[in-house]
Amino acid sequence: MENLNQENKKRKIYNNIKTGLTYFFLAFWGIIVLFPFYWMLLTSVKSYGSYNSEYIPAFFTLHPTLQNYKEAFTAVPLFGYFINTLIFTLVTTGLMLIITLLSAFAFARLNFPGKNVIFLLFLSLMMIPNELVVITNYVTITNLNMRNSYPGLILPSVASVFFIYLLKENFEQVPEEIYKAAKVDGTSDLKYLFKVLVPISRPTVITIIILKVIECWNSYVWPRLVTDNPRYFLVSNGIQEIRENGFGRENVPAMMASVVAVSIPLIILFLIFHKRIMEGVSRGGTKG
Amino acid sequence: MNDRNYKGFLYLLPALLFLGIFMVYPLIDVVIYSLEEGYNFASGNFNGYGLYNFKYVLHDPFFIQALKNTSIIVIITVPLSTLIALLISLGLNSIKPFREFLQTLYFLPYVTNTLAVGLVFMILFKKTPYSDGLVNLLINSLGYSSVDFIEGPYAAKMFVMCFYTIWIVMPFKILILTSALSSVNKDYYNAARVDGTSRFRIFYKITLPMISPMIFYLIITGFIGAFKAYSDEVAIFGTNLNEAGMNTIVGYVYDMLYGDSGGYPSFAGAASIILFVIVFTITVINLLISKNKVNV
Repeated sequence: MENLNQENKKRKIYNNIKTGLTYFFLAFWGIIVLFPFYWMLLTSVKSYGSYNSEYIPAFFTLHPTLQNYKEAFTAVPLFGYFINTLIFTLVTTGLMLIITLLSAFAFARLNFPGKNVIFLLFLSLMMIPNELVVITNYVTITNLNMRNSYPGLILPSVASVFFIYLLKENFEQVPEEIYKAAKVDGTSDLKYLFKVLVPISRPTVITIIILKVIECWNSYVWPRLVTDNPRYFLVSNGIQEIRENGFGRENVPAMMASVVAVSIPLIILFLIFHKRIMEGVSRGGTKG
Repeated sequence: MNDRNYKGFLYLLPALLFLGIFMVYPLIDVVIYSLEEGYNFASGNFNGYGLYNFKYVLHDPFFIQALKNTSIIVIITVPLSTLIALLISLGLNSIKPFREFLQTLYFLPYVTNTLAVGLVFMILFKKTPYSDGLVNLLINSLGYSSVDFIEGPYAAKMFVMCFYTIWIVMPFKILILTSALSSVNKDYYNAARVDGTSRFRIFYKITLPMISPMIFYLIITGFIGAFKAYSDEVAIFGTNLNEAGMNTIVGYVYDMLYGDSGGYPSFAGAASIILFVIVFTITVINLLISKNKVNV
């Protein structure tokens, strides 16, 4: 009996140490994740003078200033980059949503010749890497004289096969009887789609919208190819431009202020919708 | 009934139109580009068809450098990030308090702008006349001398690059692995515990086989993603990746297309097809291995 107690005690201590080490390890990774965010925030509120006089960077500041944010929005056209990105994100996401809803509905509810073959072809397009098609798209947009324009930025990324697939699966789970009943009542297909299917599939529709918004807000490669006029830069290109030519060479606090400004919208979106975002990504999104 | 037959196409029309113009046509066109020798972007003339573009790209020192950089990034980051993600997920799975909070926290890098956060990483690692940067101070405090991570030796630059790449890809991997781990049936564990099976044996004999399909999924998507590395490199080293010696295959494609060294869609096409062949081959090999190894 005595021996068993001893054994239990030993096991308890062992478990406690193990749990402690696990938490230590997890906290360590948490710090690695958070530290860049802390550092950008901290640096963005240090004054230019105090930042450059610190040989050993201070881990906190007693005299926070918003001067860098003022600088970020006046010395470089950061506000313009924001407006561009906002327009780009809204229009791209809106067009994508219309195209995706119509196609998903066609695949889920309508019958037409060659439907299965077309769907299979759609799925196979999911495997095509962007790098393969971007060359011709660049030439196409250049030849159409759409460089440095919103259509040039937006049009190539409005059709997404993955989202069509995701929504089609979701639409198919809605009982078809409702559709037949609606048909008998003389409800039009479009009305059925927007009044019945979309409200029922709301969670998936919202997930798709959020994922597309994130993708748009962070897109860098295509905008860089088709814009060289800063008037049409999106935030990613703006950040790169600021890094290479903005604020004079070494104004790191002002750079960090623009980085914070660019990051905040998505972080707010994440704080509100993190469950939806994580669920959507685990259902088939990848990075990019 | 007949009008309903073709109504489907009407609904599909926008998708067909955009996919046709911006995905299917370019797919055919890029092959044609890659075979047109001596193509001139301005006049649209070319000398004839052949494999010269592929030969040129494969002998271009910039492409060789890009291939080398990309391969190193792939070989280091894919196994390492998967392993760390597995350890973190196992840790998350074994705790209760703070679990959801940490899960959410770990996912944060996924939604951030890689260009923006890359700038922060650069500041942390960069050596300037004013300050050696935070990371170097850490190294100094351990008794070693400062290293220029951004413009210094190749190994130092590669270290920053791999570190940032892992930081970026981790959220996705942790997310996938934690949900795989939490879906393993608890009955198996209870049965094993009753039998007095050791923890390591439980992990090796129950957990690992149960989540191995997801690990392989992560390795495959990890390979594909890492081979297409580009914007993370720009975020750390700036747009002139050739000068920094840190270009990647995708970066080479874009440089051939655009910018100071641009105007060669034929070379860009050949390089992107080479990239596609590499990624495709590795994916097929991975699938073949996983078919033999994954026991579910």
